[in-house]
Formats: sequence, structure tokens, C-alpha cells
Amino acid sequence: MPETPRSSGETMIDIANVTRRFGPITALDTVSAKIREGEFFSLLGPSGCGKTTLLRLLAGFDQPTEGTIAIGGQAMADIPANRRPTNMVFQSYAIFPHMNVAENVAYGLKRLRLGGGEEKRRVEEALGQVQLGHLGKRRANELSGGQRQRVALARALVMRPKVLLLDEPLSALDKKLREQMQVELRHLQKAVGITFILVTHDQYEALAMSDRIAVMFDGRIAQIAAPKDIYQRPVSRQVADFLGGMNFIAADIVGEDGSEVCLETVGFGRVTTERPPGFVVKGRSATLGIRPERLRVLWDDDTSEHEIAGTVVDRHYFGEITHLIVEIPGLQQPLSVIETNDFGADDIPVGSPIRLAYDPEALVAMGD
Amino acid sequence: MRMLRTAMAGWLGVYAVVYVGFLYLPVLLLPIFSVNDSAVPVFPLKGLTTKWYDSLAGNDVMLSAAWNSLVVGCASAVLATVLGICAARAITRYRFTGQRPMSALIMAPLVLPEIIIAVSLLLVMLQLGLGLSLVTVVLGHVLICLPYAMTVLISGFEGFDNAYEEASLDLGETAFGTLRRVTLPMMAPAIISSLLVSFTISLDEFMVAFFLSGSDPTLPIYIWGQLRFASRLPAILALGTLMLAASLVLLTVAEILRRRAARRTDADGGLIA
Repeated sequence: MPETPRSSGETMIDIANVTRRFGPITALDTVSAKIREGEFFSLLGPSGCGKTTLLRLLAGFDQPTEGTIAIGGQAMADIPANRRPTNMVFQSYAIFPHMNVAENVAYGLKRLRLGGGEEKRRVEEALGQVQLGHLGKRRANELSGGQRQRVALARALVMRPKVLLLDEPLSALDKKLREQMQVELRHLQKAVGITFILVTHDQYEALAMSDRIAVMFDGRIAQIAAPKDIYQRPVSRQVADFLGGMNFIAADIVGEDGSEVCLETVGFGRVTTERPPGFVVKGRSATLGIRPERLRVLWDDDTSEHEIAGTVVDRHYFGEITHLIVEIPGLQQPLSVIETNDFGADDIPVGSPIRLAYDPEALVAMGD
Repeated sequence: MRMLRTAMAGWLGVYAVVYVGFLYLPVLLLPIFSVNDSAVPVFPLKGLTTKWYDSLAGNDVMLSAAWNSLVVGCASAVLATVLGICAARAITRYRFTGQRPMSALIMAPLVLPEIIIAVSLLLVMLQLGLGLSLVTVVLGHVLICLPYAMTVLISGFEGFDNAYEEASLDLGETAFGTLRRVTLPMMAPAIISSLLVSFTISLDEFMVAFFLSGSDPTLPIYIWGQLRFASRLPAILALGTLMLAASLVLLTVAEILRRRAARRTDADGGLIA
């Protein structure tokens, strides 16, 4: 799929040095980020990392202890939740149980007192956008989880917000429906063209849907980047670890040259790689990382410019792929390798010698 | 061993029947003697009559006492429920200093001897220079009803997800609009149930009303006064039967509403996928 610029590049949300403390606990610690208009932006992190706190600050349900938030160029400090240009899809969906689907969707419009059938038209349009056009009369407690989620979406979208906030909207759905909704949400966001901010702890969800992802740990943003960049070039071991598997290899820094660093490792020899943003040379040691799927098994007489030899010490079968654990002489930890099963990786006997090929581009330097 | 257990089970059954009989047989006597064609409530029954009920309709003193009870009951129910809504919401929603002692104090009238409450209220009212009237009865009844109202309302508010109110605010509604359009309608079953329970308790309450009612008797005070005249006993039995029936109906409606509310919050949280 060719990369198309989806966002106009104008800053929609400006989060500047925001800190939120709850008594002795610092939920957010001087967080700054600029989110662009029309962008699908994800806040990704483990539970307790502050992502939901940040979302609630944007919605206006909570106020920052320090720092400022501006939406659409307007400072939000004195603007309460009911006058912000944001709408939220709640994790529990919060569909009003005493109203039917159409009444739920029309809830926010009632205050606007739209005349001439405009309210009805907008409700129908919103229900159409989430493919619930036929369920307007259905009561809230007669809906399935997926339908509830769509009603929550329609109820927020009908307000035509500048920013739609989504608090783990897919976490209550089963796997299949979740994957289907990921695709639908992405299509919907492109269709309506407004800024979506998604809070999630599921890295695959964030990778599949976002234009950019902010990975958060302990109240701080560790990295903001496009999905591919964040997966391939994580700035720290923590980020790398959270977004799927990664082999970590201890390395010594032997040289630095502006945007590049030169690392010396036992198994991979001397590697010159991109210097990650925010990389600080602490002492002389660093970590070199490579994703398990970027290591490829070399069969029979195959050779590669960059290869590494070792012994298979364990093997796990996962259907379409096999997970090989390969011990490399001199490395403290064995490498894990993910190989598709089309060439028989699932038949490699444990204990046999093996050679692995890699692309030096796949090696990434990270701070410890 | 097994035989012993079987024998025990038999005795337990007998015990249960005796226990329930002791509790409820006297209450059953009320409607039975209220249709008995005799001024003395003794067996054997003489004949069926509705004359005791008919005599109630023309009894102006009784009707005025009933009206007083109705007014006091409605006022107490509304006041206790309004105060109960505020307190129940504060206790279920917020964490504040003195929260636990405060909720314990609100519930205390449940276990305090009513006569103590009544006497101390009387002293306070007299000290404050408030003349005894139906108003003072209402104040006393609010105190008595509040713990019951709170019990019903707290269980209602506990099932109420904060996200509903946030969703309403998020959709542009004001705090007051949220209360009117979301919180109160969703709480309606608990609120109605609290009104009915409070009303029933106020209707039957004797001790506080006795001390605080002054010259306007409520129904229980009227009944107590009539017990001095043996000839009027059957009419009182008829009146008691009516009150019993009304209480049962009200409490049943309250319980049905409470269960419906519980089911609604369950269906909302439990229906996923």
C-alpha cells in the first residue's frame, strides 16, 4: 500500500509539559506532544502508564497539575468538558440504558435545537456511518458488544467534533470482531477526516491503525513515531520489548560520528548504525537489537554476506511459523529466530548446527 | 447417625412452622375479626359483616387522622428521599474525610430505641420554641425514614457507572442537564422505591408521632386512643386491616422496582459480545 499523506500537517492538539499528580503519585510527568489535524494517533503503553489520564485531560474530565493543552489553537485550561471540541468513545461505551439507539445518538444534538428535521437527518447519517441504520428503535440492553461500540461511535461522531477520543474501544470485543473493527475504524477515520486519538495497550492494534504512535511508560512518552519506525527503530529496550520480540545483544561503543554510532559486538562483529534520537552515550556500552523475524535460516550451501553460526537449542511450533532458539558462541543469551514453515524450519532437529543470515539494516542501536 | 439427622430435620420443620405461625397468626386475626359480626373479638365467629368497614367511612375524626398521616407520609417520604439522594451520591461517588462516621451516623436511627429519639426530639423542639404540629412529626419521621431510604438509594447508586455522567458532559450537556436527563431517569426505580418505603414507615410510625404530633393525631395515634373503648375495637381492626393491606401493596411495588433497577444495571454491564 503506497504511503499517502493523510494529515494536513497543521497542529490540532498541542500538549506542552503536562504533569498530572494524584497525591504522591505522578501519573503524567512533563509530557509534550503535537498531534496533527486528521491524524490517527495512538497512545500505547502498559496499564498504569498514564495514557488514559492523558486522554481524560484532553476530554476535560480532569485538569493538569502543570502544563497546558491547546486544541485547534485554543487553550483548554478554562474550558469544561461540555464545551470542548472533543467527543469520547468510552471503554464501557456508556450507552444510556433508558434510551433507544436513535435517542442515544441524538442526545448531544437535543441541546443544539436544530430545526427542519436536521436532527433526524444527522442521526440517520451517523447511524449509517457505523452501519446501524436499521437499529434506531432498538433498546440499549438489546445490543451486542459490537453494536454498542458502534452506537458509542455514532453518538460521538454526530457531534462533528474536531477530535474523537477512543478509550480502549476494542478491548471488550472478541478477537475476530476486534480485527474487523480495527479495519472499520481506520476506514471511518479516513472517511470523516477528523483527528482520532486511540488509547490502547495492544501493540498490534496500534501498529495496524495509527499514523503515529506515542509509546508511554511510567507517565512519560518514550517515543513518538510512525508504526514502521517505532517497530523497526525503537529508541530503547523498553519500547522494543513492548512492541513484539527483540533479541538484545550487549555491545561496546567504539565510535560516534554525528548521526551514526559504531558498535562492537561478539556475534555480529563491528556494526555501524543510525544513531537513535535521544541516544546518550553512557559509559561505553549500548545494546544492539534485531527482531527475530529479521534473522533468516541459511539452508545447505546458501551463503550470505552477513551470516552468523550457532546451534539450535530449542524449537517451538506455532502453525504457520516456527520459533527457533539458537545459541551463538560468545553471546550471553541465545537468539530467537522466527522462520516461516514453507522450507521445513519445523523439522530442524534440536542440537543441529545452523547458519543465520541478516541484513545489517535490521540491526538497531538502543540505549541501555 | 443418619436416623438422628432425619429426626432432627423433622423437628426443624416443626420448629419453623411454629415460629412462622407465632409471628404471623396474630396478624391474620386482624382481618378475620374485622369481618366478624360481634363487638368482642373471640371465637367462635358469629357471622360475616362489613359494618365495621362501613362505620369507618362516616368517622370524621378517623378520616382527619388518616388525612394527617397521608400528608405526613408524603412530606416525610419526599424529604427523606431528597436528602437520601444527596447523601447516597456523596457516599458512593466521593472519598472525603469523615465519610465512614457520617454514613454510620445516618444509619444509626435504625438501632437507636425509638422512644429515646422521640423524647430527645421533643426536648429539642420545645427548647427551640417550635410548637408541636404535623411539621415536627415530619421532621422526626425524616430522621426515622432516612436510613431505609439510604439503604435503597445506595444500592441504586452503587450500580451507576460514572461514565454515564461523563458521557453526558462530553456530549455538551451541563451538570444540571445531566442530572435531569441521565442520572435521575436511570435512578428512577431506586428513587420510587425509596419514596414508597419511606411513606410506609411514616404511615405506621407511632412513637415519634405520639410525642411530636400535638393536637393533630396521625392514624396510629388515633388507633391507640380508640383502644380505650372496647366497643370500637372491631372498627379499629377493620382500619388496621386496611393499613396492613396498603403497606403490603406499597412494599411489594417498591421491591419490584428495586429488582427491576438491579436487573437493568446487570444487563448493561454483563451483556458483552
